[in-house]
Amino acid sequence: MATFSTNEFKGGLKIMLDGEPCNILENEYVKPGKGQAFNRVKIRKLISGKVLEKTFRSGESVEGADVMDTELAYLYTDGEFYHFMNNDTFEQIAADEKAVGENVKWLKENDICTITLWNGSPITVTPPNFVELEITETDPGLKGDTAGTGGKPATLSTGAVVRVPLFVQTGEVIRVDTRSGEYVSRAQK
Amino acid sequence: MLMTHRYAQQQKKPHLISLHMTSYPHAWQPTASLKNLKARATLLKQIRQFFETRDALEVDTPLLCHGTVTDVHLSAFSSQFSESHTGKMETLYLQTSPEYAMKRLLCAEYGDIYQICKAFRHEAAGRYHNPEFTMLEWYRLGFTHRELMMEMDALLQLTLGTEPAQKISYQAVFQQQLDIDPLTASVAELQAVAIAQNIDMPSGLPNDIDTLLQLLFSLSIEPVIGADVPCFVFGFPVSQAALARVNESDGRTADRFEVYFKGIELANGFFELADGHEQRQRFVRDNLQRQQLGLPELPVDEYFLSALDGGLPDCAGVAMGIDRLLMIKLNAKHIEEVMTFPISRA
Repeated sequence: MATFSTNEFKGGLKIMLDGEPCNILENEYVKPGKGQAFNRVKIRKLISGKVLEKTFRSGESVEGADVMDTELAYLYTDGEFYHFMNNDTFEQIAADEKAVGENVKWLKENDICTITLWNGSPITVTPPNFVELEITETDPGLKGDTAGTGGKPATLSTGAVVRVPLFVQTGEVIRVDTRSGEYVSRAQK
Repeated sequence: MLMTHRYAQQQKKPHLISLHMTSYPHAWQPTASLKNLKARATLLKQIRQFFETRDALEVDTPLLCHGTVTDVHLSAFSSQFSESHTGKMETLYLQTSPEYAMKRLLCAEYGDIYQICKAFRHEAAGRYHNPEFTMLEWYRLGFTHRELMMEMDALLQLTLGTEPAQKISYQAVFQQQLDIDPLTASVAELQAVAIAQNIDMPSGLPNDIDTLLQLLFSLSIEPVIGADVPCFVFGFPVSQAALARVNESDGRTADRFEVYFKGIELANGFFELADGHEQRQRFVRDNLQRQQLGLPELPVDEYFLSALDGGLPDCAGVAMGIDRLLMIKLNAKHIEEVMTFPISRA
């Protein structure tokens, strides 16, 4: 893998730190008029998700990380792995539970997810920003409530639980923002 | 894991966009607004008036020189001159500051002088730096660094409308902000402060005192001083003297000052070293250090050293970044907002 000098640092560059691939979020060059220059770098560790600040001497080099994002359709889970497919080439890839993590509750068959690969293996699975899922269980709401003031919990087909307005009923399909986990609307028929 | 190999082999997207050719569709356009350029012109006029009332002569010295700066942390642009009078190819350097040439004028007894010129440093462009930038440099005969700090403060009050500046020694600012004495602290003590400041360096903390001091100063002190009024820091450790005299009463410090305002380093000044012999030794030491770091050895400015041998009158001098001064005046977030065409569009 290539190495990158601090003067090549910029947002989006993937580098290896502490044995873990990281994404550079911000890079600030700190140069006194006289004296050693430094780079202050904000990074996100791609496996743990931690955001950290690191300092480099300007001119230092670090190893790049072989990380890339691919867009794949979710197929199914066999209980151990989650299988995804490239709709153009029909190639399949399997991600483990660790890579899918919390996002398992947003995985719907045929939805296109972003799979981040490190050295060819999936490390994170990001669902689409919006998914449409069926409500499998929710208390019947009160008649006439359209404001949805308090809302009520609803269990979706994937097992996710979101708060929905009182007028939304079991069997309906709703649109959810996966980044916030919030109800957006009823799905358009 | 099924059939992952093709993904791994797929062409990776390029991570980097070349610095030299931005992908903006309107890259021909200036990055500074007309309003900011008018403010720039006004600022330059104010500075010239300031020196006119003080009887300092505006001078103009070469940007392209035979000698260059040996400081290990500065890097000059160089170019090849094929039409020299010697008939040989000559390497010429773009100056990183007009200091040597201006001191030659001082040695020639031309009196108080100032200059507004371009300076060049071979460094990455950033929020506060463009490889080509505008510098104001001036020298006052008979001044020490203390009197020059007063004059610089007057210029800041005139151009920025600031209140009188704060003046604090390098030692006091470390004691105040980090509770450590920079003149007596050991490597281990400074490293402990860096760790306490959450400075995390993947390749390890520096293990020499000067680099540690520069690290702590840049990351933990500079961002917090000079928030409301300009802050003058004086009495740098003698190991960071550059071209300043060693202080007469405390030999651990040099008569060098820096000015910080709103998180920006604005200026660097000296009670000027007049000893040609010591100056030559400092250059030689720089070049030795360059060798150890695997950097090229650089030709020292022999004209400058000869001039010093003839005697530099007692004087103090300071250099200030005009683009940065204007950034503060206009509350600009990036140096590109105050210059016509930054390096990416030059």
